[in-house]
Amino acid sequence: MTQLTPADVSSPNESAAPASAPPRSGVRAPLRNPLGMISIILLALVVLPAIFAPFLAPQSPELAELGRAFEGPQPGHLFGFDSAGRDVLSRIVFGARYTLGGAALALGVALVLGVPTGLLAGYYGKWFDSLSTWATNLIMSLPAMVVLLAARAILGPTVWVLMVIMGVLVAPSFFRLTRGIVANVRGELYVDAARVSGLPDWRIIGRHVLIVVRAPIIIQVALVAGVAIGLQAGLEFLGISSGSMPTWGAMLNEAFQNIQRAPMLLLWPGLALGITSSCLVLLAAALRDVLEDRGAEPVGASAVKAAVAPVSMAPDAPGRAGLLSVRDLKVAYTLPGGGDKEIVHGIDLDIAPGEVLGLVGESGSGKTQTAFAILGILPEGGRISAGSITINGQEVRGMPDAARRGLRGDVVAYVPQEPMSNLDPSFTIGSQLIEPIRYKLGLSRKDARAKAIDLLRLVEIADPERTMDLHPHEISGGMAQRVLIAGAMSCDPALLIADEPTTALDVTVQAEVLELLRKLQRDRGLGVLLVTHNLGVVADLCDTVAVMQHGVIVERGTVTDVFDHPQDPYTLKLMGAVLDGSETREAWHAPLEVAK
Amino acid sequence: MVRFVARRLAAGVVLLFVISFLSYVLLSLPGTDVGRQLLGQSAAQELVDAKNHELGLDQPILTQYWNWLVAALQGDFGKSWFTSESVLRAIGNRLPVTLSLMIGVTLITAVVSFAVGIWAGVRRGVVDRALQIFAVLGYALPGFLVTLVLVLVFAVQLRWFPAIGYISIDRSFVGWLSTVTLPIIALSIGSIAGTSQQVRGSVIEVMRQDYVRTLRARGLPMRTILIRHVLRNASAPALTVLGMQFVGLLGGAVIVEQIFGLPGIGSMAVKYTTRGDIPIIMGLVMVTVVGVIIINLLVDIIIGWLNPKARVA
Repeated sequence: MTQLTPADVSSPNESAAPASAPPRSGVRAPLRNPLGMISIILLALVVLPAIFAPFLAPQSPELAELGRAFEGPQPGHLFGFDSAGRDVLSRIVFGARYTLGGAALALGVALVLGVPTGLLAGYYGKWFDSLSTWATNLIMSLPAMVVLLAARAILGPTVWVLMVIMGVLVAPSFFRLTRGIVANVRGELYVDAARVSGLPDWRIIGRHVLIVVRAPIIIQVALVAGVAIGLQAGLEFLGISSGSMPTWGAMLNEAFQNIQRAPMLLLWPGLALGITSSCLVLLAAALRDVLEDRGAEPVGASAVKAAVAPVSMAPDAPGRAGLLSVRDLKVAYTLPGGGDKEIVHGIDLDIAPGEVLGLVGESGSGKTQTAFAILGILPEGGRISAGSITINGQEVRGMPDAARRGLRGDVVAYVPQEPMSNLDPSFTIGSQLIEPIRYKLGLSRKDARAKAIDLLRLVEIADPERTMDLHPHEISGGMAQRVLIAGAMSCDPALLIADEPTTALDVTVQAEVLELLRKLQRDRGLGVLLVTHNLGVVADLCDTVAVMQHGVIVERGTVTDVFDHPQDPYTLKLMGAVLDGSETREAWHAPLEVAK
Repeated sequence: MVRFVARRLAAGVVLLFVISFLSYVLLSLPGTDVGRQLLGQSAAQELVDAKNHELGLDQPILTQYWNWLVAALQGDFGKSWFTSESVLRAIGNRLPVTLSLMIGVTLITAVVSFAVGIWAGVRRGVVDRALQIFAVLGYALPGFLVTLVLVLVFAVQLRWFPAIGYISIDRSFVGWLSTVTLPIIALSIGSIAGTSQQVRGSVIEVMRQDYVRTLRARGLPMRTILIRHVLRNASAPALTVLGMQFVGLLGGAVIVEQIFGLPGIGSMAVKYTTRGDIPIIMGLVMVTVVGVIIINLLVDIIIGWLNPKARVA
């Protein structure tokens, strides 16, 4: 498996797969980010003096005046003197050359080793991939510090050689990054297309692959640089290099020896090291924001606001249906940058007990958001911004959380669209059914289990006892949807909200699940809100239909009315898109054989 | 499960062989005259040759490795060239110190990271931002620098803990605690920074999963969903990172033991590797690799137990 040497880097907020979107980039982009700007300025303050050290340093870093040992800051010697009477400022400025130079060398070696091998392994795969991945895992299972110490024992205290070895030890972080991204990109259609169109591999890599890899690698360079500097200084601190060289690590070591006598000696090399490595990691974070274009996370806790919003409509207004009644419902999302985006713009819906309402519309029209709003399970950042929802005559807006939760499952149940992702992969079917039953109905474990088995029988699962002990990945999609329906039925709800319950299923299974829903509805007098884009399903199952487009309802009525006399142009368009009833093309006839 | 463990163990054994071979050959390559080093510049050449013969150093490297391997397989890791101390005894004396550090750090990291990561992942807002800042700093600052600051503040200025030294746990528990507290804190900061960040990330990701929404739609309270479902599904990636931290901790232990003067295998590594004492270095390498293999296996077993889908792979 994978291990992390101290040198290996997984950035603090790394997400599993780096975005494959091409970077918006531009070299100056990080400068527009305040964090990036500050980091760059501070880094320049460290790097530039190092480059011009001979002109800037007050004196030679080696010049020792024992008589002035431990003397404090004074004009001309701003940082004072160390235990051997050497000027601390000069040593820091010259030390930056070794510390940064060493880290740069290690970084260079790591890049040269890691990136091309990662490209090859990710792009061509096969034996080279297995071999290099194995070698990577091998390197990563070695504790870097021990290896470097051993290398020092063998090769002697030559810093530059050790930095090369450190580069080898850090290389896996580049290898894994590159390989992962390239392997992802390789599967993309546009790369396939380029290959099919006959572009040579090197052009595909140059044009399509390198572009995607570039941004993550730049970010990784900043991160690894920070780590490499830390590791380098750590080695120096252990006294791994030959004595007199002024490095930050060696200075820290010397300061540590005198920690009781002159603790201030730790300050300057410590600050230099801390600021440099922090700035590199912050720069990496800034680069990530700029290059990978990750929007800020939505601000949390906004869902709570819904509870305190004023209720505008009286719950018992005339003409409202008994089971579910929605008036002027608006759903809005808080945008990351502040401000709201309204998705549902004031809709009305009514479902009487036992009625089946089809909510139809294309994806993005706000159907699912409406369903979530009714259930009170809008995702983070989303809220009901206006309107009224009554369930069984009770207004749910402004209802306390616990009471709202009491309605879910008991009165309103939910059947989702994608059966597989709606079952927790870590629990058996049985335990996922039993848990809510026990919580909602207060049954004993044994009774809850018996009830769960009954439910599975109800949804026509052949071998309920055995199914109870299976995990979601061991059953088919159709069976998973039956399990979810069983879960929805577990507390005998009055209203079922089914969000595209058959869309993700095979055609034959679709028919079976629809039949099951029809049977449950009939036998139990369920009210159903059926969200779908499939007019065939509506015609099959529903009493009434509401057509939704861009967050508003454009047409409503009984199924017969709407289907026979559609009024709204959008409804007409939807009907036109249905193949049923439209003329089929004539069978294909081979043209006469003229060519021969 | 048994087959899975057996396969991983077999892979681990192969890894051990490869690493032992590479280490031995690489360590022997420079061809230092160990006999001369041991006996000093003035020793007669015959004596040096005799010493090298006694240590088996006059044989080809491959033969040397073979001899080492055969003995090692029988549980004999030889003696230090420089102190004649048995390798196993030397490591055995020091391992408990390092192990107690590791266990302490791992426990603290696990508890704190999960608590903070879940908190930040669920509450978001200010807590979350504070964790982000801590994570970046904890990640960025070199561990030994943090350690030095801790020593400076808590040992030198405040004098709450001794700056240096080790008291064995069977001599005095309080004494032991006072000597390992600062080292454990020093090592924990970095690994908490990495792990809590991972916990936070996976909690946020799991909270967005469809099945969490469906569980809410069933009317389960958020706390139940969080404890039973979110935590379990978010644990696997977090445990992987925690396992990875272990290798990093071994490196960190080297420096921390050195700073605090703890007689563990980290400070032992510094002392013996700088002298090129191959039997001891080989012993240390083997111990660390075995440790890494065991940790990875444990992590994989726990993940397999948490996540049934992983068991199939």
